[in-house]
Amino acid sequence: MQEHDISWVRTEMALAETAPRSQAGLGAWVRKNLFATPFDSVLTIIALLAVASFLPRILDWLFFSAVWTGTDRTACLTTEQGGQLPAGWSGACWPFVSGRFGQFMFGRYPMDERWRVVLTGILFILLLAPLLIPRAPFKKLNAILFFGVFPFVAFLLLVGGAFGLRYVETPLWGGLMVTLVISYVGIVVSLPLGIILALGRRSHMPIVKLLSVIFIETVRGVPLVTVLFMASFMLPLFVPPGTSFDKLLRALIGVALFASAYMAEVVRGGLQAIPKGQYEGADSLGLGYWPKMGLIIMPQALKLVIPGIVNTFIGMFKDTTLVLIISMFDLLGVVKQNISGDPTWATPQTAKTGYIFAAAIFWVFCFGMSRYSQYMERRLDTGHKR
Amino acid sequence: MSEHVIREEPVRVPLIYDPRVRSIFFQVLLVALLAMGIWWIVDNTVENLRRSNISTGFAFLRGRAGFDISDRLIDYTSDSSYGRALLVGIANTLAVAAAGIVTATILGFLVGIGRLSQNWLIRKLAMIYVEVFRNIPPLLVILFWYQGVLAVLPNVRDSLSLPLGSYLNNRGFYFPKLVWEPGSGLILAGFVAAVVLSWYVARRARARQMATGERFPVFLTSVCLIIGLPLLGYLVSGMPVSVDYPQKGTFNLSGGTNIKPEFLSLYLALSFYTASFIAEIVRAGIMGVPKGQTEAYSALGMSSNDGLRLVVIPQAMRIIIPPLTSQYLNLTKNSSLAVAIGYPDLYAVGGTILNQTGQAIEVVVIFMTVYLSISILTSLFMNWFNTKMALKER
Repeated sequence: MQEHDISWVRTEMALAETAPRSQAGLGAWVRKNLFATPFDSVLTIIALLAVASFLPRILDWLFFSAVWTGTDRTACLTTEQGGQLPAGWSGACWPFVSGRFGQFMFGRYPMDERWRVVLTGILFILLLAPLLIPRAPFKKLNAILFFGVFPFVAFLLLVGGAFGLRYVETPLWGGLMVTLVISYVGIVVSLPLGIILALGRRSHMPIVKLLSVIFIETVRGVPLVTVLFMASFMLPLFVPPGTSFDKLLRALIGVALFASAYMAEVVRGGLQAIPKGQYEGADSLGLGYWPKMGLIIMPQALKLVIPGIVNTFIGMFKDTTLVLIISMFDLLGVVKQNISGDPTWATPQTAKTGYIFAAAIFWVFCFGMSRYSQYMERRLDTGHKR
Repeated sequence: MSEHVIREEPVRVPLIYDPRVRSIFFQVLLVALLAMGIWWIVDNTVENLRRSNISTGFAFLRGRAGFDISDRLIDYTSDSSYGRALLVGIANTLAVAAAGIVTATILGFLVGIGRLSQNWLIRKLAMIYVEVFRNIPPLLVILFWYQGVLAVLPNVRDSLSLPLGSYLNNRGFYFPKLVWEPGSGLILAGFVAAVVLSWYVARRARARQMATGERFPVFLTSVCLIIGLPLLGYLVSGMPVSVDYPQKGTFNLSGGTNIKPEFLSLYLALSFYTASFIAEIVRAGIMGVPKGQTEAYSALGMSSNDGLRLVVIPQAMRIIIPPLTSQYLNLTKNSSLAVAIGYPDLYAVGGTILNQTGQAIEVVVIFMTVYLSISILTSLFMNWFNTKMALKER
C-alpha cells in the first residue's frame, strides 16, 4: 500500500504553452538560419550584398531593358553603334531569337515540310508520356511502339522519299531536332549495347571479357571529340571505295558507341551489387544464361542503377552539342552559326542572348530528366537497399 | 544399391549442351568474325589510302609545319616540325587542364561545403549554382564566355582598368609581370629551405606528440617560415625583383604578361562546369560520414574544428577521392573542346595537321595515345593518393 499523502493530482493534461518568442516566428527563423554565429552573419551580409547587386542587373538585362520587337540588328543597337537605343544601353535582344526560332528548331529543313518534324515530335511525346507516368496502362505495348515501331515511322517521316513524302537530305536538318534525334538514337542504341558489353565484361569467357574491357576502357579514356573525329574521318576510310556515308549517321555511330561504353560501366555497377545468391538461385532453378540474366538478374540490377543510367542520358544529351565540332548543326551549332555567320543580327548583345536561350532549353531538358530520375528512384525504392 | 549407382556410366551430355564446348565455340566464332571484320576494314583502308595517294607511317611528323600557333608554352615557329607543333598542343592541353583542376577543386569544395551550411542563404545560392551549371553543356558555357562576354569587351584603347595595374580588353587579360633580376636565386633558395624546414618541423612535432602528447603549432610555424625565409632572401640580396606593368599604347598594351581570351574562356568554363560536379561529390562525401562520428568526437571533448579536421574530413575524403578522380579525367578530356574557340590544344593542332597532310589514322592514333596516357597517369596518381588516404585497418 502506498502511504503517501497525496493532496492533489492533476487529472487532465496541461495545455502546451506556445513556444517562447525567441524560438518561433520569423525572427527566430532569421536568427537561426541567417545570423547564428558572427561568421554566419558576415557570410549572410556578403551574400545579400552580392544578390542585391547582381540580381536587379540580371533581371534588368533579361526583361526590363531588353528589346522585344524588331526585324533586324538596328533594333538592338545604341545610338553610337548606329541604332536608336540610348548610349550605354545593355539588354537582351529577343527579336533575334523569335526571328530565328524556326532555324533553332528545324535548321534548314524545308519550310513546307516542317509539319513532318512537328508530327514526329507529337508522336514522340504521345508515346513517351504514358511510358513515364507509372499509372498509365499498356506499358508493354507502349514500350514496343516507342522503341520498336516509332524509330521506323520517325525515319520515314523525317527522311521521306516514300509514300509521296519529299526526300529531305540530312545536311538540311538542324537545330533542336538534330539534338533530339541524336539523343534518342543514342539512348535507344546505347542501353542494349551497354548491357551486352557489361555482361561481356563479367563473362567467364576470357576472349569475350578481354574484348569488352579493351573496348570500354579505350572509349572511356578518350574524349568524345576524338570518337566523333574518328567517326567522321576514319569511318569513310573503312568502307569500300565509292560508298558514301551520311554525315549524321557517322555522328550517330560515334555518339552511340561512346555512350554505350559509359552505360556498360553503369550496368556493371548494378550487376556487381546483386548478391551471389541470386545467381545461384537462378542456376538452381535450372535457368539457362539468358533467362537467368533476363528474368532474375537484370530487373534487379537495372533498378539499382536507374540514377546512373539517367545521368548517362543527361551527359549524352549535353554531349550532343559536340557534333558542332565536326561541323554539324544541332541546337547549339545553329545558334553559333547565326551568331557568327549572319550579319543581319550582328550586335554586341546577340551572342549573349542566343546562348542564354540555348542554355535555357538544354537546362529544361536536363533538369527535367534529373528530377524524373529522382522521382523514379523514390518510387522504385523497395527498401532493400543496404 | 549404392554400388549400382557408382558403377553406372556417367551421364553423357551431348556436346552441344556442354558449357565448356559452347564457350570455346562462341569464342572461336567471335574471334573469326572479328578477324574477318578487321581484315575487311584494313583491306578497304589500304585501298582508300592508295587511291588518295596518302602514304602511311609517322614520317610526316618531321615535315615543316608552316602554320603559326599564337598561344604557346614552348618555343615554336612556323618552321618547326609537325612533331614540335603537337608538343605545343600537348603542353597547352596540360596547362589548361592543370589550371582548371586546381580552380575547380577549390570552387567545388567551397560550394559543396556551402550546400551543407546552416546558413539558409548560402545553402540556396550553392544549390542554384550547382543546378544551373550541372545542367548546361560545357561547350555552351565555353562559347558563352568567348563570344558573349570576352569578345564584346572594349578594345585595347578603352581597356577596363582593374586593380594592381592590370587591364581587361577583348584581347585578353593583362597583368603585371615580376622580373627576376640577378641575385634573385637567394629568394628561391629561401623558399626551398623553408619548405624543407617546415617538413622537418612537422615530422618532429608529430614524433613529439606521439611520445609526450604535447602539441606544437606546426601550421603557423610553416606559414611563418614559407613567407619569412624568401622575404629575408629578398631583403638580403638587395631587392632584386621589379614589377613590369603593362603600358597602355594606342594599338596595343606593352609589357606585363597577358592571358588570351581563348585560354581564359576555356579555363573559366571548364572550372565552373566541373566545380558543380565536385560540389555534389563533396556534399555526398561529407554526408556519407555517419552522424555517430560527429557525436563521438564531441563526446571525446574535441572542438568542432579539431573534430572536423581529424575525424570527419579524413573519412569523407575516402568517399570523395574515387569520383573526384573521374571528374579530373573528365575535365582533362573536356579540354579538347578548345577546338571550338581556336585555343591550340592537342586536338586543335592535330586537326590542323590532319587537314594539311591527310594522315587521319596516324593523327587519331596520336590523340588516343596521348589522352589514354594522361588518363592512366592521373588514375595512377589518384589511386596512390587514395591508398594513402584509405582506412588503415588494424
